[in-house]
Amino acid sequence: MTKVVYQGRSYERLDDESVLRCLLRNGIRAPYSCESGACQACTMRAISGTPPANSQEDLKETQKALGYFKPCVCRPDEDLEVALLDDAHNHKYQMEVVEKRFLNDEILRLRLTCDESFEYRAGQFINIFKDDLIRSYSMASLPVQDDLLELHVKLVPNGVVSHWLCDDVQLGDQLTVTGPMGECFYHEVDSTEGLLAVGTGSGLAPLWGIVRDALIQGYEKPIILCHGAMKPENLYYVEALRQLEETHENFNYFPCVSGLDEDEVPAGMSSGFPNDVAFAQLPSLAKWQVFLCGHPDMVNNTKKQAFLAGASLKNIHADPFVMAPHA
Amino acid sequence: MSQSVYERIGGGAAVDAAVDLFYRKVLADDRINNFFEGTDMEKQAAKQKAFLTMALGGPNNYTGEDMRKGHAHLVERGLNDSHFDAVMEHLGATLKELGVSDDLIGEAAAIAESTRNDVLGK
Repeated sequence: MTKVVYQGRSYERLDDESVLRCLLRNGIRAPYSCESGACQACTMRAISGTPPANSQEDLKETQKALGYFKPCVCRPDEDLEVALLDDAHNHKYQMEVVEKRFLNDEILRLRLTCDESFEYRAGQFINIFKDDLIRSYSMASLPVQDDLLELHVKLVPNGVVSHWLCDDVQLGDQLTVTGPMGECFYHEVDSTEGLLAVGTGSGLAPLWGIVRDALIQGYEKPIILCHGAMKPENLYYVEALRQLEETHENFNYFPCVSGLDEDEVPAGMSSGFPNDVAFAQLPSLAKWQVFLCGHPDMVNNTKKQAFLAGASLKNIHADPFVMAPHA
Repeated sequence: MSQSVYERIGGGAAVDAAVDLFYRKVLADDRINNFFEGTDMEKQAAKQKAFLTMALGGPNNYTGEDMRKGHAHLVERGLNDSHFDAVMEHLGATLKELGVSDDLIGEAAAIAESTRNDVLGK
C-alpha cells in the first residue's frame, strides 16, 4: 500500500482510499467540499512524488507546475509527500538586505540573500513582516540568472512598511519573510500564440522576471510588455528593457505614459494606459498567455478586456495587488 | 442508472471549456452584464462552473435555498424573467458551440430551468 507523508509523518492509505480521505481519517484538518474533483476546494501541493494525471485535470498549467492536485480524486501508485496550500504561510525565512538603490523618486530596489535554500519562480511574491504588519512584494529576480533576490518597493504615502524599508532598514539588516506564493509566473504551454505582460508602477517587478524567464527558456512566439506610468520619469528599467528588445527579435517593449498630452510624450514612448496600448495592437488574444500586475483597477479592467478579447481565464495570470488601508 | 450529460460530454475538463464560452457571452451581453459589474472574475467563474456542472447533472450540493439566498441581492436590483431567459439563451448557445447534441442540450436546459423560481425569489 502506498503512503501519504504530511509534515514529516507517514500515513498508510487503505484500499482505494483517496489521499484526502486518508488525511481526514488521521485527524488532519484539510479543507474539502464536493469530493468529486469538481470544486477544487481541497487542492493541495505535492512536495515529492507525482500525482496521477486525473487528479490534476482542469487545474491551471501554472498550478500543475507547482505540484497542485485534487486529493479527493487522487489514488496514487506511489508514495506522495503533500502540503496544504496554507502551509506556505507558516515557515519564516530570515533574509539579509545586501543592496538598496532608488530606481526613481518613488521606487526602491532591494536585493536580499537567504541563508536557507529558498526556491521560487520569477513572478511569485513574498510576504515581509514588520511588527504585526505584513506586506506582499513580487520578486523581480530570475532564480537561474540572479543570485540575489530582488524586490521593487513603491514608496506609498503614509505607508508604514514601505517607509520603514526605504528609511530605516540598513544594509546587513535581517527581514522576516514567508513564501514564495502566487501563481503568476511563466510556464511553457505548447499551444499558446503569444505572451502579453501589462503592468503599472512597481508592477513591473514580476513582469521583469517573467519576461526574462520566458526568453531564457526559449519561448519563440511574440512577447509584448507594456509598462505604464503617469510621467516618463516614473518609468524605470527603460534602458535594460530596450536592450532586451534589441537582443530578442520576438520581444517588444512599450513604455506607456498616461499623464501627458499626446504631443508631450517623448519619442519612443506610447501615449495612454498600458492596457489600451496593448489592445490597440492585439485584436484577438485567443490562445495568448496574459500576465497582469499593478494597480487593482487596471488589473481588473484588463482582466475583463483580455477575457472578452478571447483569452481563456486559465491563461490570465494576475496576483492580487491589494492596497493596504492607510494606517 | 444512465450517465448524466456531465459524464457524457467529458466531465470537468469539458465544463471548463464551457465556462469560458458561457461567461464570455454573459459578460458581453448588455442586457445582463450590469449584474456582474465589480465582481471578482475568478470567483464568478467558479460559480459559473458550479452552475454549469449542476445544469449538466454533474456533482453538486446546491439546494433551492442556496439559489434563493445567492440571488436575493440581484432580485432587489431588478433581476427578472427576461434576464433569466438571456442566461438560458447563452447556456444553449454555449453547449451548441461545443457540439453537444440537441437532446442533451434539452436535458441541461430542463435542469437549469428548474432553478428559475428560486433564482428569481418567486
